[in-house]
Amino acid sequence: MATENLTLGKALNIGLRKAMENDPRVLIMGEDVGKLGGVFRITDGLQKDFGEERVIDTPLAESGIVGTAVGLAIRGYRPVCEIQFDGFVYPAFDQIVAQLAKMHYRSQGQVRLPVVIRIPYGGGIGAVEHHSESPESYFVHTAGLKVVTCASPLDAYWMIQQAIASDDPIIFLEPKRRYWEKGEVDTAAPAVEAFPLHAARVARAGTDCTVLAYGPMVKVAAEAAVAAEADGRELEVIDLRTLSPLDLGPVYDSVRRTGRCVVVHEAPITLGIGAEVAARVTEECFYSLEAPVLRVAGFDTPYPASRVEEDYLPDLDRVLDAVDRTFGW
Amino acid sequence: MGATATRSRSTRGGTAAAGGDAPEMVQLLTPDGKRIESARDSYGTEYTVDFTDEEYRELYHDMVVVRRLDSEAEALQRQGELGIWASLRGQEAAQVGSGHALQPQDMAFPTYREHGVLYCRGIDPIMPLGLFRGVDQGGWDPNKFKFHMYTIVIGAQTLHATGYAMGVAKDGKVGGDDGEAVIAYFGDGATSQGDVNESFVWASVYHAPIVFFCQNNQYAISEPIERQTRVPLHQRANGFGFPGIRVDGNDVLASYAVTRAALDQARRGQGPTLIEAYTYRMGAHTTSDDPTRYRLAGEVEHWRAKDPITRLATFLREQQLADDDFFQQVDDEAKATAQQLRERVLALPDPQPVQLFDHVYPTGSPELDLQREQFSAYLASFEGSEH
Repeated sequence: MATENLTLGKALNIGLRKAMENDPRVLIMGEDVGKLGGVFRITDGLQKDFGEERVIDTPLAESGIVGTAVGLAIRGYRPVCEIQFDGFVYPAFDQIVAQLAKMHYRSQGQVRLPVVIRIPYGGGIGAVEHHSESPESYFVHTAGLKVVTCASPLDAYWMIQQAIASDDPIIFLEPKRRYWEKGEVDTAAPAVEAFPLHAARVARAGTDCTVLAYGPMVKVAAEAAVAAEADGRELEVIDLRTLSPLDLGPVYDSVRRTGRCVVVHEAPITLGIGAEVAARVTEECFYSLEAPVLRVAGFDTPYPASRVEEDYLPDLDRVLDAVDRTFGW
Repeated sequence: MGATATRSRSTRGGTAAAGGDAPEMVQLLTPDGKRIESARDSYGTEYTVDFTDEEYRELYHDMVVVRRLDSEAEALQRQGELGIWASLRGQEAAQVGSGHALQPQDMAFPTYREHGVLYCRGIDPIMPLGLFRGVDQGGWDPNKFKFHMYTIVIGAQTLHATGYAMGVAKDGKVGGDDGEAVIAYFGDGATSQGDVNESFVWASVYHAPIVFFCQNNQYAISEPIERQTRVPLHQRANGFGFPGIRVDGNDVLASYAVTRAALDQARRGQGPTLIEAYTYRMGAHTTSDDPTRYRLAGEVEHWRAKDPITRLATFLREQQLADDDFFQQVDDEAKATAQQLRERVLALPDPQPVQLFDHVYPTGSPELDLQREQFSAYLASFEGSEH
């Protein structure tokens, strides 16, 4: 056992290091990922230990980062790209959705592009515009990409390694406001013990209402569950973890027991993950539902100025309000 | 092909020689078929070729065949057998010249118009026709053929090529005469794309073993070159820190010589080069286009006088390297190859509906498995009914 109390950021750092040790074809590339270790220090120390050939400080152009990663992958490498902030991914949009995502299909399975694109996402850090967005729906809506997000140091540690080991192109969303939160991680445990990458997980068992969250909102949902206890309600919290493909089997099982479902995310409500989940849960659990599936999400506005972001972001009270409404239907 | 292309550069990475005596572009065969012994680019580098008689005839043969195949594909589109076709007519010399300059280990990244380069790589010309007929999306294994899939989004492939070239360097495959080089094809319109400019930055700062081969065919669909640039395109390279050379893209000899020298430079670890092959798109952008709406017939006639095939034919005749029998033989062979292509296109099988679910992900997706299952059941529900 080598259990350590790690921050989510450090767990990612150690996960990246393990992936690089396990496979010499793994490269890290992005802006400031080398000497600086990334603006969030997620790649700290990696260039020092693996060299400039494997940890590549790139020119400042996101399309170039992803486009050259595609070429390196065709050559047989496994690039892990860092996009510095969520709002900076859009210059790379064509390379991600029209090239990276589609080449396996276009080639009838003959070209595999095992590229991981790491994106720190979400708000709550008091940042300026473009540094707090939740762009997951764009990528979930793109056939050929897989999209995952971690909520805890343990998941961060394993999921980044699993994503790098996968032959699929993967958008790896990191909840940046949780980078500094700590949790227990056994860095000596064998990979077979890790929870599967593309699987949802019940984070807290409950009987009265199912609350779905992912990434930075899992903590909010868990806190809401603690608060609901005082009202005599047992919330079941499920961490979706994989947004594409969705793993809704555990969700259907849960909703059939609880009869109520609330989905929480920071991304704008319209055509967000909650909309898709609501449609599918309604289809699969129609006769079990005591109330419609409700969504607690960001508004259909641009991400606002930071002094009002706490009003934009779903919090404990908004989650509990939605739970209350499912009981009042 | 055994011909050498000598290149001795007096300046490297510096600015091109300024002044009126700088040659406009490298040319080794004039439009009226006269051989120029050697030619210099604006850096003072000298180019020549020493093809054997057989090699000259081979270049002619390949240009005629790719033009004939191109015409056949265009006809197939007109007859409703292809959804669309992007003709290379007029650009045979740029493609066959650069295509022959590639060594077996070199990797090419095409646009959707490089049918001539594809042919020179020894690839079956049926391969891209599935894309244009709509039976597939033009898929093949780029590493097997050393020829990447056609790319439709303009300029996107230049970044793939640059990344691939970075990988070549990481693999230690540069530095000698047997090194690997990469060539990225694109057009004049693409030079306005961010991806192309980013690929220039990347290739330059990482000193990647790549040749950027821009066929300036004067038009991006309807927009003339004046809508893309106010400086000659090859001069752009100087600002990125590597040489840019304009070659007569209707001269197969010069296209070969300049490309061969640039590829050799790349494989030896001497960094990227931009080649601007100055040519003309004799046909429409694609079969969906109508060039009479934006250019005058006189302009087309002006360029017809510079035809790449005619000028090599003149040279072969005047040098007595080929006789009537040879020309007839090449025409007959091209016609027969085109006929075979036509028959094979018509025989391409349509995909089955459920195949549209194949190969979305290397490791599959339970969501898609479910969609396929439901769609299959839906299709099966029609079995036995008339509609």
